Amino acid sequence: MSEKKPSLWLRIYSFMVYGFIYAPILILIIFSFNTQKLNVRWEGFTLEWYKVLFNDAQIFLATRNTLLIAFISTLVATIIGTMAALAMHRYRFPLYNTSETVMYIPIVIPEVVMGISLLVFFVMINFTLGLTTITLSHIAFNIPFVALVVRARLHGYDRAIDEAAMDLGANELVTFWRVTLPTIMPGVLSGAMLALTLSLDDYVITYFTAGPGSTTLPLRVFSMVKTAVTPEINALSTIWVLIIFVLLVFGQIAQRKKA
Amino acid sequence: MKKISLFCFLIIGLALILSACGGAQKSTTLNLYAWSEYVPQQLLDNFSAQYGITVNYDTYSSNEEMLAKLQAGASGYDVIIPSDYTVAIMIKQDMLEPIDVSKLANFGNLDSRFVNRDYDPGNKYTIPYQWGTTALVYDKTLVPSAPKSWVDLWDPAYNGRLVLLDDEREVMGMALEVLGYDRNSTNTVELNQAEQKLIELKPNILKFDSDAPETAIISGEAWAGLVYNGNASLAYQEDPNVEYICPTEGCTIWFDNLAIPKGAPHQDAALLFLDWVLDPQQSILISQEFPYSNPNKAALDLLKTEDPELYDSYMSFPGTNPPDSFLANTKPIVDVGDATTLYDSLWTDFKSR
Amino acid sequence: MITEQAGEKQKNRFSLTRLIRENSRAQGFFLISPANIYLFLLVVLPLILVTILSFLSRGTYGQVVYKFNLTNYTRLFNELYGKVMVFSLGIGLGTTLICLLVGYPLSYFLARAPVRQRSLLLFLILLPFWTNFIIRIFAWMIILRSGGILDSLLQWLHITNAPLNLLYTPTAVLIGMVYEFLPFMVLPLYTSLEKIENSLLEAAADLGAPPWKAFIRVTLPLSVPGMVAGTILTFIPAMGMFVVPDILGGAKTILIGNVIRNQFLTARDWPFGAAASMILMVMTMALTLYYTRKAGFGEELLL
Repeated sequence: MSEKKPSLWLRIYSFMVYGFIYAPILILIIFSFNTQKLNVRWEGFTLEWYKVLFNDAQIFLATRNTLLIAFISTLVATIIGTMAALAMHRYRFPLYNTSETVMYIPIVIPEVVMGISLLVFFVMINFTLGLTTITLSHIAFNIPFVALVVRARLHGYDRAIDEAAMDLGANELVTFWRVTLPTIMPGVLSGAMLALTLSLDDYVITYFTAGPGSTTLPLRVFSMVKTAVTPEINALSTIWVLIIFVLLVFGQIAQRKKA
Repeated sequence: MKKISLFCFLIIGLALILSACGGAQKSTTLNLYAWSEYVPQQLLDNFSAQYGITVNYDTYSSNEEMLAKLQAGASGYDVIIPSDYTVAIMIKQDMLEPIDVSKLANFGNLDSRFVNRDYDPGNKYTIPYQWGTTALVYDKTLVPSAPKSWVDLWDPAYNGRLVLLDDEREVMGMALEVLGYDRNSTNTVELNQAEQKLIELKPNILKFDSDAPETAIISGEAWAGLVYNGNASLAYQEDPNVEYICPTEGCTIWFDNLAIPKGAPHQDAALLFLDWVLDPQQSILISQEFPYSNPNKAALDLLKTEDPELYDSYMSFPGTNPPDSFLANTKPIVDVGDATTLYDSLWTDFKSR
Repeated sequence: MITEQAGEKQKNRFSLTRLIRENSRAQGFFLISPANIYLFLLVVLPLILVTILSFLSRGTYGQVVYKFNLTNYTRLFNELYGKVMVFSLGIGLGTTLICLLVGYPLSYFLARAPVRQRSLLLFLILLPFWTNFIIRIFAWMIILRSGGILDSLLQWLHITNAPLNLLYTPTAVLIGMVYEFLPFMVLPLYTSLEKIENSLLEAAADLGAPPWKAFIRVTLPLSVPGMVAGTILTFIPAMGMFVVPDILGGAKTILIGNVIRNQFLTARDWPFGAAASMILMVMTMALTLYYTRKAGFGEELLL
């Protein structure tokens, strides 16, 4: 669609929806400074919880685990998922329909079912639960999402460019690396971003596949919340949002510079 | 530009992987699997400093969660903290390592009332960690009149003002006792009647909350409820108008215990840890941080001298120190075996109404 | 001689092309193999195990007993679980519909926004979802609680003069659910709307159609793939969701997600939980297959 100055009503409405989306986040941030430990009512301003946060060793361990799992699972899933997307977009190979169905299973089944099936599976093959099992599980649900996003981008991809490159003497591999990949890179990056987001915030599947010493941030937050909802959690979220926001701003500046 | 960012990405990734490898090579570790907010970090740090053993503290939010994971075959944990009825199940299923309490020098510090109990005669597998009760809490300024029995809560004046634990055994147990039955009943007729009684209570229930029911009491949204003593104590800390009683029909007593799962990888460290927790200087840290009842008599004596103010408030509030009249009316929760399925169906039905 | 050489060249080129063509089928197969193998091992195999589990029984202490029977399934097909299922479907449907109504205008706005702003605006929708899920819901508790922020605001604006008591009601649950699933509806819708060619709308205008008519006859039908994708991405997870109803609804309701979770934790009846999971999975897959046969799948699901 082309740009068009939207009507006033539409703009007001959209602004309100954004307000709806950001209201809890604002509350979250404000209440991270609340003096009341149980965080039910606002009682006063303090930076105490940020101090508690920085001294919380378990949070640091959980954060490190979360980032590690997210990083590895995103990397592996993006590679496998992109390959799969290319395959499904271009070629008619044996087992095409089966592959497509299997690919979409993790997207359509409820997370609790997938989590439980993975737990049962790991236990049956006697694989100790821990960081490895969580990572393997994250890769499993990330592959389809990456494949989907990349496939969406490939949808309008004109093979003529590839053929031109090959006519000019490049073989398949070189064509892929220097022509195809750079062109679909926005899609691949989108897929990777999605995988990263899904992995960072995953609770249900991680819950079923975690073992000793492999707590992730969502798990830790959940158990903190289960016992005592102190503003420390709000402080954690505020920092998280701040970091993302800063990255976003940098990303935008980088894009402007490129343009 | 793209190449540089890809390069940075890889470097960060490598750093993360290396840091993980570096961390995991410690030879002496202890894997603790317990409730969240239950073991003071200071206690763990002291233990590490004393023995040079790193402690991994993983958490669960219910006995069933821990049991389910262990039954499914999850291993690697050295110390767990199951409640009494869970201990009974685990002993029957041979899921615990036997403990020789004669090896625990500090075992004698425990109050004799809390050892050698039904769920683990002779303390062959467990030692008590903390204990408590599950009973009636209310805010005396908000309730129409001070409730004395569970059945008082059925009064329509409590419309939308009750908070209950989201626990089928506790809530059904309460209904069973109101009807005069045993709270651990497996009788189908009795259980069905209990469910019907609960359905009558539904309009009065504001919410079910096993995590932080005290917040509903403190904020005044709820006037009374069925909660753990820990929740009641937390509410009392914020609001001195909070009262905690054992109603005439009865209430629950529970014990949480330290135990070693079968096949634990670091059993020597586990035994050291058990003895460490029984040391009054360490046990006192638990009472200073969490509002439960401490079965360690020596620790309480130490508390009297080290922190008399805390000792007084511990002794004066029924949540932490129930009087004998309170205790006399308590009963433990016992596993109901095959009837568990019936409890679950009835609970599902009750909630769906 | 020249014709001979030409003939030879032709023969060579012919076999080379055929080789590439053959190779391409093999290439495709090779490219998708890592995904296939991985997903077979970690998705298909586990699900087969769960299926087997659903036919076994629970022991007295909650362990799995290897006695094959159908009681788990017969137990599910009774009134109680039917009620739970219908209720879960209701919540899923309600959430999806409201998300669609609320999200469509927003997606339209985004699709018409200046191109340079679009990715920023989209990111801004996603940003809150990088915070922790549970905490966002707890923030809603603070807002919706009786005498809380919403109440204070409404009373200050003199719209109401008494607390609304929204928390722990189905309304609060719906608000929370819509909040969580809105991006899943907005993004596919946006993708769909964005693709609509201007020329079509211009043509409609040239033919004398007023804007609202152009919307109904051109824009709306063309955005159907986006609506389908958004519906799938919202409805299916919403049906299995239990965290939001537990926190914002005071755990007063029981949904199929609660039932499954209870079987694995409280009742420790794994076979029954497996059976319930199977039923849920079959339903969601059936729904998805039906939708995709009718209105296409894939491209509009995500950016």
